[in-house]
Amino acid sequence: MSATTATVGGGIARKVGSLHRERRWALVTAYISLVFSAIIMLAPPFYMLITSLKTSAEIADQKGNPWIVRNPTLMNYWELMTDKLFQGFFINSVIVTVIVVVLTMVISVLAAFALARMRFFGSQVLATGVFLTYLVPDTLLFIPLYQIVGGLGLLNSIWGLVLVYPTLTVPFCTWIMIGYFASIPKELDEAALIDGANWMQMLTKIFIPVALPGIIAATIFAFTVSWAAFVYPTAFVTTPDQMPLTIGVVSQLVRGDTFAWGQIMAGALLAALPPVIVYAFLMDYYIAGLTAGATKG
Amino acid sequence: MAQVTLRKIVKEYEGGVQAVKGIDLDIADHEFVVLVGPSGCGKSTTLRMIAGLEEITSGDIAIGGALVNDIPPRDRDIAMVFQNYALYPHMTVYDNMAFGLMLRKFDKGEIRRRVENAARILDIGMLLDRKPKALSGGQRQRVAMGRAIVRDPKVFLFDEPLSNLDAKLRVQMRTEIKKVHQTVKTTTVYVTHDQIEAMTLADRVVVMNHGVIEQVGPPQELYHHPATKFVAGFIGSPAMNFIPVRLEQGGAALNLELPGGIVLPVPADRTRRYTPHIGRELLFGLRPEHLTEVRPNDHRENMAVFEAVPEVVEPMGMETLLHFWMEGAEICARIDPATPAEPGRGLPLAADMNQMHLIDPKTDRVL
Amino acid sequence: MAADGTLAAGAPRTAGHGRATTLERFARRRSTIAFMMTLPLILVVAGLVAYPAGYGMYLSTLNRRMTENIGFGNFEILFDSDTFWNVAWQSCIFAITAVVLKALIGFWLAHMLHDIPAKGQRKWRGMLLIPWVIPPALSTLGWWWMFDPSYGSINWLFSVVGGPQIPWLGEPWWARASIIIVNVWYGAPFFMIMYLAALKSVPDQLYEAAAIDGATGLQRLRYVTLPMMANIISITVLFSLIVTFANYDIVRVLTNGGPRDLTHVFASYAFQVGILSGNIPRGAAVSLFMFPILAICAFFVLRGVTRRNKEQM
Repeated sequence: MSATTATVGGGIARKVGSLHRERRWALVTAYISLVFSAIIMLAPPFYMLITSLKTSAEIADQKGNPWIVRNPTLMNYWELMTDKLFQGFFINSVIVTVIVVVLTMVISVLAAFALARMRFFGSQVLATGVFLTYLVPDTLLFIPLYQIVGGLGLLNSIWGLVLVYPTLTVPFCTWIMIGYFASIPKELDEAALIDGANWMQMLTKIFIPVALPGIIAATIFAFTVSWAAFVYPTAFVTTPDQMPLTIGVVSQLVRGDTFAWGQIMAGALLAALPPVIVYAFLMDYYIAGLTAGATKG
Repeated sequence: MAQVTLRKIVKEYEGGVQAVKGIDLDIADHEFVVLVGPSGCGKSTTLRMIAGLEEITSGDIAIGGALVNDIPPRDRDIAMVFQNYALYPHMTVYDNMAFGLMLRKFDKGEIRRRVENAARILDIGMLLDRKPKALSGGQRQRVAMGRAIVRDPKVFLFDEPLSNLDAKLRVQMRTEIKKVHQTVKTTTVYVTHDQIEAMTLADRVVVMNHGVIEQVGPPQELYHHPATKFVAGFIGSPAMNFIPVRLEQGGAALNLELPGGIVLPVPADRTRRYTPHIGRELLFGLRPEHLTEVRPNDHRENMAVFEAVPEVVEPMGMETLLHFWMEGAEICARIDPATPAEPGRGLPLAADMNQMHLIDPKTDRVL
Repeated sequence: MAADGTLAAGAPRTAGHGRATTLERFARRRSTIAFMMTLPLILVVAGLVAYPAGYGMYLSTLNRRMTENIGFGNFEILFDSDTFWNVAWQSCIFAITAVVLKALIGFWLAHMLHDIPAKGQRKWRGMLLIPWVIPPALSTLGWWWMFDPSYGSINWLFSVVGGPQIPWLGEPWWARASIIIVNVWYGAPFFMIMYLAALKSVPDQLYEAAAIDGATGLQRLRYVTLPMMANIISITVLFSLIVTFANYDIVRVLTNGGPRDLTHVFASYAFQVGILSGNIPRGAAVSLFMFPILAICAFFVLRGVTRRNKEQM
């Protein structure tokens, strides 16, 4: 009796041990992979930061490890931030982005509400069309748009960008808002209808507050996309004073053959800062928006 | 002044499917009417048409004497409690209840007075600052009712309000709903698929099936005098037994010839009623509670005794259910738990023939 | 009975003029509101996507000065040019290699993230997604600097471990590889996030059931994870194929098409021909070449998304 108990006990102990070992191996592999990939993923921004803290002399010095900084300086940042041209880039980016985000959210929330709740002639076709336009890349249509914007006299103007950026933001934002609105139970609008709400009240008092996470996610998307847009400003804007940050940093700080690498890296980091800050504080919404396109709607 | 009147209401969906096939119904002021039936019978559609959430294909609906066919829900002066409560998740309990009043531009003091009054009736005063997420199922149910009460509407509409609750809470909330109705006395239309809910709550029960009304009546009437086979089978639990029989003349009286050679005498007071059907194949309906063990000293008249061999015995505590088969028909009997019974061993059962029903299989109507 | 009376009194009133028209008006009002709400969207889609698409096709049939319609002349010239075929070839190599690598790395990382305790996942996920958050034109500047032949930090690392010195952007094949590396670096985190979301949506009970049925880790991957993720994998891959195929930023910043125009992709070549050299019609023709491939991908993405929605209903 006691003998059998002992063997059974031993058997159990052995099995637990092997399971434990298996799990530990999986964990070790996982952590090694993650550390390795994190190093690679973070190396470029890290190196940009290091470079931006160096003086031109230190950058030019080919001896020694380029991955460390010996005499850190904020000179590059200071020069950029006091530079009228760079300030102009920043202001242009802010103006364009803010207007585009507001326009996008108004257009897409209204349209998504109508498409998700008020079935009407052609609503299904329109919803599919919205998704298809989301799949049209900006590089497919930038040449005809160049002609159109030119025809309107808006080349070399931030207003030309304000006009075309919605093609980048509106389809996706509408699409994910349709998804968020569609996930609101139908009884909620029926309750609101009985409570005496009209369509506009239903949208502002019920749908927008309930779908707030979706609205935040869509806003973040619109913000990051307009901030990072590159093809349109590169094509439509050639005068420096109308350039937003992305193309400004790439084209105006990289001049001639002598590259002020420290300044270029500082400029790139400063330009990348707003989306990174938004991401740092609103990561969950950011990721929800990212994954919503394929899983919602 | 809030009767509800339905005249020849038809609801036809795209593709010609008729969910409701021309029903007539008069609901009196202060009445509590329950629409009951299996899923897909059109009861919810009927309720939603009264609410104005579904357009009616044809017919007329009047609330409080005024035709409301084309009137949007907000102007019908109705309140509705939904199956999933449909509480606004971003509003507190107070705001949920105040929302309808706010949209109707009531002044703040009046809103507060009404919400607090409803909260007192429903005993949810301490929940007013919470969000629906932080409430239990029963509490959400109360808030949903509170939202209806504050409006002081002409009609309450309930759409399966208890089906998301667990069994115990359901019984408790059932009592609660009845209590509220006794307090506020608002005309109520209540939809459920649960016949026990229907029986316990209703002044009158409307049994629906396949988009038509099978029968309207007080609970006891439906139980004792079902008009159709459907109602007979739907009301009562366990359901009524249906046994194919042949009605034959046996001297002065009538007899039912059951499969397996059993002959049951029909009570004398039914002779006149059933005489036109002599010689026909009919369905004999008898509720399990009227098929019991043979009691000594039982002096009731018209008790017919026969022997049955149960295949399954289900002790329920206060009673025991016996299941046996008779030529393909499953028969259920309810016997006293003290009676010894085991599967495969025959025992005598007494059928209370005063409670019998005969159904015409051609029309499914009770004769 | 009383209700009957009122109803009878009320009925003629509405039957006379009210009923049908009120109902009609209601329906009309609702669809009018809906139309007004979608109008801005329709304007954006029609004016800034549909119209330019048609206009682009028209543009591609004009001569350089846009004075004359030359039919398929632009396409014929492109077909005869070696550079164009190089561009087509490079676009395909670039897109396919980059997407495959991104998908594999993303899948691996998602699994590794899924394996560690839930508490730490957020932190790691946050770190690994950084490349996706930085505007690619800007992060590519950093890569450009890292690839620099004389000051490059990557070559320095190689020299430390005794590896070869690589002419990253100077030699065509290395330049192509560089572009792919940057694109994979930028895009793999996106795949990781999508796959992680998909992994998390697989119910744990399925794995437990599979484990009890005796499935090994690999079998669980083969018979549970992959089938459950098949749809999201294909949607993500196809979507990424579209975006990668049409990529512009990275090529523009990293090589600007060089060396000797050998790293141009459709987008950068169209830009070069259409905007920089001023031959708008031919530029339009170049970018139109992307259309068939993108359309096929888009069709399958749409099908995948529709199917996925049906599954979730």
